[in-house]
This record gives sequence, structure tokens and C-alpha cells, in this order.
Amino acid sequence: MATSLYVHVPFCTHICYYCDFNKVYLSGQPVDAYIEAVGRELALRMKDQTAPLRTIYIGGGTPTALSAGQMQRLLSLIEEHASAFADEMEYTVEVNPDEVDPELLKIMSTKGVNRLSIGVQTFEPELLKTIGRTHSPSQVEETIQLARSYGFDNISIDLMFGLPKQSLANWQETLKKATELAVPHISAYSLKVEEKTMFYNWWRNGRLPLLTQEEEAKMYEVLENETHANGLNMYEISNFARPGFESAHNRTYWLNQEYIGVGAGAHGYLNRERYENTGPVSHYINQAEAGDYPVREHHLLTEIEQMEEQMFMGLRMIEGVNKDMFYQTFGQTVDDVFSAAKEELTSQELLEETPTHVRLTKKGKLLGNEVFERFLLG
Amino acid sequence: MPKEDKNERQKRIRNFSIIAHIDHGKSTLADRILEHTKTVSERELQEQTLDAMDLERERGITIKLNSAQLKYEAKDGDEYIFHLIDTPGHVDFSYEVSRSLAACEGALLIVDASQGIEAQTLANVYLALDNDLEIIPVINKIDLPSAEPERIKKEIEDVIGIDTSETVLASGKTGEGTEEILEQIVEKVPTPAGKSDEPLKALIFDSLYDSYRGVIAYIRVVEGTLKPGEKIQMMQTGKEFEVNEVGVFKPNPLAVDELSVGDVGYVTASIKNVGDSRVGDTITHAHAPADEPLPGYKRMKPMVFCGLYPVDANDYSGLRDALERLELNDSSLQYEAEVSQALGFGFRCGFLGLLHMEILQERIEREYGIDLITTAPSVIYNVYQLDGEVIEIDNPTNMPDQQSVLAVEEPFVKASIMVPNDFVGPVMEICQKKRGEFKDMVYLDENRVNLIYDLPLTEIVYDFFDQLKSNTKGYASFDYELIGYRESNLVKMDILLNGEQVDALSIIVHRDMAYERGKIIVDKLKDLIPRQQFEVPVQATIGNKVIARSTIKALRKNVLSKCYGGDITRKRKLLEKQKEGKRRMKNVGKVEVPQEAFMSVLRMDNED
Repeated sequence: MATSLYVHVPFCTHICYYCDFNKVYLSGQPVDAYIEAVGRELALRMKDQTAPLRTIYIGGGTPTALSAGQMQRLLSLIEEHASAFADEMEYTVEVNPDEVDPELLKIMSTKGVNRLSIGVQTFEPELLKTIGRTHSPSQVEETIQLARSYGFDNISIDLMFGLPKQSLANWQETLKKATELAVPHISAYSLKVEEKTMFYNWWRNGRLPLLTQEEEAKMYEVLENETHANGLNMYEISNFARPGFESAHNRTYWLNQEYIGVGAGAHGYLNRERYENTGPVSHYINQAEAGDYPVREHHLLTEIEQMEEQMFMGLRMIEGVNKDMFYQTFGQTVDDVFSAAKEELTSQELLEETPTHVRLTKKGKLLGNEVFERFLLG
Repeated sequence: MPKEDKNERQKRIRNFSIIAHIDHGKSTLADRILEHTKTVSERELQEQTLDAMDLERERGITIKLNSAQLKYEAKDGDEYIFHLIDTPGHVDFSYEVSRSLAACEGALLIVDASQGIEAQTLANVYLALDNDLEIIPVINKIDLPSAEPERIKKEIEDVIGIDTSETVLASGKTGEGTEEILEQIVEKVPTPAGKSDEPLKALIFDSLYDSYRGVIAYIRVVEGTLKPGEKIQMMQTGKEFEVNEVGVFKPNPLAVDELSVGDVGYVTASIKNVGDSRVGDTITHAHAPADEPLPGYKRMKPMVFCGLYPVDANDYSGLRDALERLELNDSSLQYEAEVSQALGFGFRCGFLGLLHMEILQERIEREYGIDLITTAPSVIYNVYQLDGEVIEIDNPTNMPDQQSVLAVEEPFVKASIMVPNDFVGPVMEICQKKRGEFKDMVYLDENRVNLIYDLPLTEIVYDFFDQLKSNTKGYASFDYELIGYRESNLVKMDILLNGEQVDALSIIVHRDMAYERGKIIVDKLKDLIPRQQFEVPVQATIGNKVIARSTIKALRKNVLSKCYGGDITRKRKLLEKQKEGKRRMKNVGKVEVPQEAFMSVLRMDNED
């Protein structure tokens, strides 16, 4: 039974050069019709869900590209169709620093949103331009102050490292400013050049100066130290939080638990089936209006696949994969299924074991993909 | 046919071939001749009829020999029988060329009206002169604005020393000069000598394998006559066969009752193996053999060797089939199974030369759909060991230890390079760098020079052509002949990955060039082999001594830190792709090496 909900808002007022998520330029889009279509999908998806929701996450795209009225409508639809909200529910909305105003904050607060995830990326003005962001560093601070004044204390900021021409000093400066903001949660992602982005285009033409592995690794090391020194614990490969502020929604993914995904291009995992919704906004609307599940692709996981995913998602968490939980889920131990991989990775000092968990070593965190790959049995 | 008629017919036979450089318009001109003599109708005349293989047409080269019988009614009112023998112009096939020239009494020398004589043309003219052929100079492409027939005429006189006062000015494109060529053939090419009542002597100048009829031998009857049902003997191999069919090419094969002295045609005799119908061998009657075979027979020996491996190991048996089939038509192709620790199962193959090798590779890839990895080409080295034994080495892997080697000899060629004046400097530089020994420099005219160098064959198979081409803007033409073996300071250089020798990458190299070449290879491998979890040294070694080294740094960071909004499927796909990539790699010790790394190092057209 899923108790987590993800809602996708695929609109942006500006497209960042590195982003390959399902998104479209806002202007001229049937945003109102889209929100109604999301309402229809919510109705379909939620009708069998009886358990109260523990987490909701509205991501994008850019949710704050919506007008106050549209935001009001979207949050009302969620409220209307959700069976119930659990006490202590975590309700996150992704926001852009230059798109937050008192009206929007008021609406979100009224509707139960209690966590904001702010796309900061970097505090270096030149780098912000390089990666196609439109906000200024000072807007971040203003946004956080404003949010706090409306009662939002649970704030996360997203940072990026390994950006073109980014220096280590520059990264350290960004980390310093980020920790000075005293937010309880930071996500820090290293740049990955994806197809169908401006960056990919430049990279292919040799016009994107990327950093070396050594430089990126060094930045990661600095990240770990700086966050730790400021009371933020690394609890997942790229997530850092003060105790009690870990993202409950993302933990759902890492624990390989089920979740409902709603919206164009959204992903969901229900009844052992992974599904991906139709991406193009107009197709999504048409399907939803016809009363269909707006799904593009779905795949029922075999038990092997479930076990593989439990491992390669779970190992992202610093605590690792809970061996008891694995056994309770599958009736086999981690050793029964993955002894060869475990042995090899342990000898390579990439993996280690505690009485309760299997987890990455310090070295393993930087080479996570090498580890995860070994847990694919096929 | 009564003897008098036979004699009369023999007087009207003219056998000739065409000598030309690539691109000088041989095939087009041949087409005009076929057209003019109505041998093929215009409709049948798909462009360039004689070059039958796709590959030949694409590259503008002749690989297999072809011949055609034409009937020409001359101005004197008589009808003449022409046999045109098309020859491959490339040095790799110079023996075949010499045999097909031996089947003729005359040759058309076609020279491009603006380009002039090229190295290969010259080499073939000398072959023709060796065979006492009457040479008819033809200056082609005179329709081009850049044509300078007078300059070219002078060049032909200066360089070859033949009279050019009656040179035909022709254009394969417009057909101009075609009739005059035909008239000069009648007038100047001698009638075949020989007598129809002498014991049979027929020269094999090519053969090909047909799956229904067995080997089809292309022959020129030098003495006597040949009919179906007769028992024949191959004078070099001693093998005997019964003739099924004799015929002529018009240009499609057409069976006839008899081939007589002077005729050019084919014979089939249920011969199962092209090796039993060797180019240069003499066919005679088993019951009344000739006293001695025709002169000039040579057993062809491969000059260049390399390993051929399927990219996909599952193609191994397909590759074997392909080689078996190609061998049926190509007695100079040699191969034997070979195992490389780095490349898996493959074949060690011997070729007449680089072009021969490239053509075979291309045919395997194209006609049999098999992707190949090819190891660096090697020549045959004579290795004198301390224990007095002399061994021939065609694979660097088999080179004995340095300590047990007294001396190594390598094949040398005499190379002739024709080049415009401006490029003499760069060409000499290349030749010096390639350990060449300067022999001579001859001015062809005010603008062109023929440079003669003695060069090690191994340097030519490395990247000589490419260097020559790129340093002369493609203006140089080049030809060579083998002149024998010479002692050189040669060593075996190995490539080590993480301390493990990669057998497929060993090469035999001159000691003075080992460092440079080793450096190129180790740097290339460093760039092509992905980082491993540990640091991997890449070394070039001679014996136990490391002469060049680079290092593949250890993998420092490979982790996807993106969230992807719950798109676990995408993460899975990414990991699957990574896993699949590793599966395609070959393991050298603990190091995973992508196939591209081998291919790139082994590729000869080295861009460095």
C-alpha cells in the first residue's frame, strides 16, 4: 500500500542548460487544463488508496511557475482526492528562488505544505549564468527569510558541483554560504551531462569544459567535511541533514517502497509495477480527459528485479541495506542471493557489513555505480 | 580446320593488354574499344565492363584479370581477332601482370594527358619491355582543358625511350582516337608466333573457381591446339586432367570446339583446386608433352602477414568459411588458425602485399558481413640464432629471446617515387625517417622527379603510403620491387598492461625507432582504456627494459548522484548499460580493455 505521492509540474519559465527532466516552456501551455487532468489522474489513482499519505512531493519542472490561483487549485485537488493526510506528514514543494512571493507561500502553508526544496545550485553569479539559471545569489537569502516568516523551517537547498570551469575554491565558497543559511537539509548533486540538453550539445562539440574525476572527487570530499562540520549528516550519497530532517519522501525510493506518481512524465511504483506516465503535456491531458490512466510504459518487476533494486537503491543510503528487512521481504538473505558480488566488492574495499546492514565503504561512496552494477544478476 | 586456314587465321590474331595508372582512364577506354568493335552493345555496356567486382569499380582498380575476344574489321578489309587482356596495375600483383603480359605481343600504354607517367605505369612498361611487347603509346583524356599532349609525349620519350611520333591522342569520354588505336593494333602488334602442329604449350595467366565447373583457367595457347576430351598435364605440378570445355570470352564465356596457337581463352577440366592451376604454369598434352615448360614460372609467396580476428567471437566459424571460399579463387592467400590471449580465436594470414591484404579484409567484411580486428602487418624476417639455426618469422609473437638471436634480416625493396619538384624535400625526409638508402634521382621533365630509394619493406607496410600521400598532397606515385634481405638492428617490442604482455600488440621494430613507436602506442592505449579501480601502468618493453610508459589513473569517481524524481528504471538502465559495456571488453590480466582500444592501436592509418 503506497503512502507517498509524487506530483509533477512540467512547466518552466526558463529552461536550465543541464536539465533533462520532462518539462516545457511555460508560455502558451494549457496549464489550467493540465491541472484539471492531474485532478482526474489523482481521482483514478487514489480511489483504491485507503492508507493516509505520509509524504507528498510536488516537483518539476518548476511548481512555482504556476500562478497563485493555479497553485491553489492544484493543492486543493490533491487535498480533495487524497484519502487522508497522516499526522506528521512531510509535504514538499520544489521552488525557484526568483519565483516565490508572499501569496504563494501563504497558499502553500494553508494547504499543509511544510517543506520547501529550493533550487540554489551555486552561489557564484557567473556559474549561475553558465548553467542557465536566472536567479541571483541574494534572492536565495531573501527567499529563505520570506519562507521562514511564513513558518517554513524545514527547508532544503539543492547544490551542484562539477560544473563547467568550477574551481574548488568556488565550491568551498558556495558550501560556506549554504551552511551559513543554517538550513536543516542540503542535497548536492554532481553534474551529469544528459542527452537532449544544451550542455550535451556543447559537450558533443567539445565546448563544455568538464572537470576531471580527481577534481570532482576532491569536491565531494570537501562537501562531506563541510556539511559534517556544520551538523549536517550525510545520510545518502548526495543528501545531508540535521537529525530528524532527512527527506522522508526520498527515503521511500531508497527503501524500495511503493509510491504513486501523478502528472506528465511522472514515475510511479504500485503493486510491484513500475510505470511511466505520458510525457507530452497535450497527450497527457487527452488521455486523462478520456478517463484513461495516462501511462506510457509499465513493467511488472520480477522478484529478482525487486531484490536487485532493493540493493542498488538501498546502498545509496549511508546506513545501507537492512538485512532483516531484506529477509522479511523476500524470504532469502542478502547472502543467499548476492554472495559472489558481496565477496568481490568486500575484497575491493567497496562494501562492508555491520551486524544489521550491508553498506558502502568510504571508497565505495565515490564508486557507487561500480558497486550497484554488481548487484544486477542478469 | 585445315592447317592452311589455321595459319591464315593465326595471321589475323592480335593479343594485347593495357598498361595504365589508376585514374588514367584504362577502363573507360577499354569500354570504348568493346563498344567500337560491337563486342558488347551499348545497352550491355554497364560502365566499365571489365572491372566486375563492386570493389574494383568503387576503388577504380582491377584486382582480377579479365580478358575479352573482339572482332575488328580493319581498313584493309580483313577481319581481325583481338584478345584484350586486362591486368591489375598494382605492385602486389606484379607477377600476375608479368604473366598476362607474357600472353601478349603488344601493349597499349595509356598516359593521362595532364598527369603524365606514374610510378606504377613505369614499372609495368618495364615488365612489358622485358616480355618484348610492342608498345603503342596512347595519350588519354585529351578532351580535358589541362591536357598537354606535347609535354607528355616528350616525357614518354625521355623516360621510357620509345618513339612517340605516332602516339594516339584519345579520349575515353568522347571516343576520339578509338579507331586509330584499333588500326595501330592491327598494324603494329605482331602476329602470334608458334605452330599449331607443335606439342601443346598453353600459358596459364589467371584462374578462378566456379562452384559448378571447378577451376576455370585463363590461358594463352603458345604452341599447338587444345580440344575438349583431351588429357592435359600441368607441367610444374605434374597433375593431369581431362578437358571438359574450352572457350573464349566475348566477354562472357562462350564454348568453342578448339583453341589454337595464338588464342586466348579458357579451359575447364574438373580441377578442384586453384592451386592445381597456378599462374605461370604451362599446360601441355599428357600423351605428347612439350619438351620444356614456358619460361618465367614462379611460386608466389606471401610477403605481408597479419592476424585476422572476428570482432564478435561468434563469427569465428563464419570467418573460416569466408577464408576457405576466398582461397578457392586466390592461390596466393595463405591462412592458419591462431589464438591470441587478447583477441581470442582468429587466423594468421599471408598476402602478396598491402593492397591484397586490404582487399581481402574488405571482401570479408563486405561480402561475408564479418567485422574484423586486424593486427599490425608484418613481413617475414630471417632470424639467425646463436645455435646456428635460421628461422623465418612472420609473427612478432614468435620472435625468439633477444639473448639467443645472433642477427635478424629483413626484406628490402627498391622503391621508385615520382613526385613534383616541390615535394622532393618532404619525400626525402620521409624516406630517411623510414631508414631509406638514397639511390638515385632522375628528372622526368622540368617539374617531375623520380626518386629511387632502397627501403625496408616493413616500413612500407607500416604507414608509408599515408605519409607519402599526406606530405605530397596526393601527388606522389609509388612503386616498389623486392630486392632481397639485409641485416638490420631489429628488436621485438612488447606492450604490457599492468605488467601483463598483450600478445596481439607485439611488433618487430628497428631499435632506433622503438621509443617513438612505443610512445605512440602507450599514449594511445592510455587514452582508450577506461579507468579501472586501480592504477594501470602501460609499458612498451624490449626484453626486460621498459622504453616507454604511461599510466591509466585509477577510477576516482563513478556514482550517479541524481535523484531522477523516482525514476528507478532509468537508474537500472544506466547500470545495465555500464555492465553490458564491461561484458564487451576483453580481459588482459585484471584489466578490462575495450575492443576499440585494440583496433585503434592496430589501425595503420595512424593519425599521430
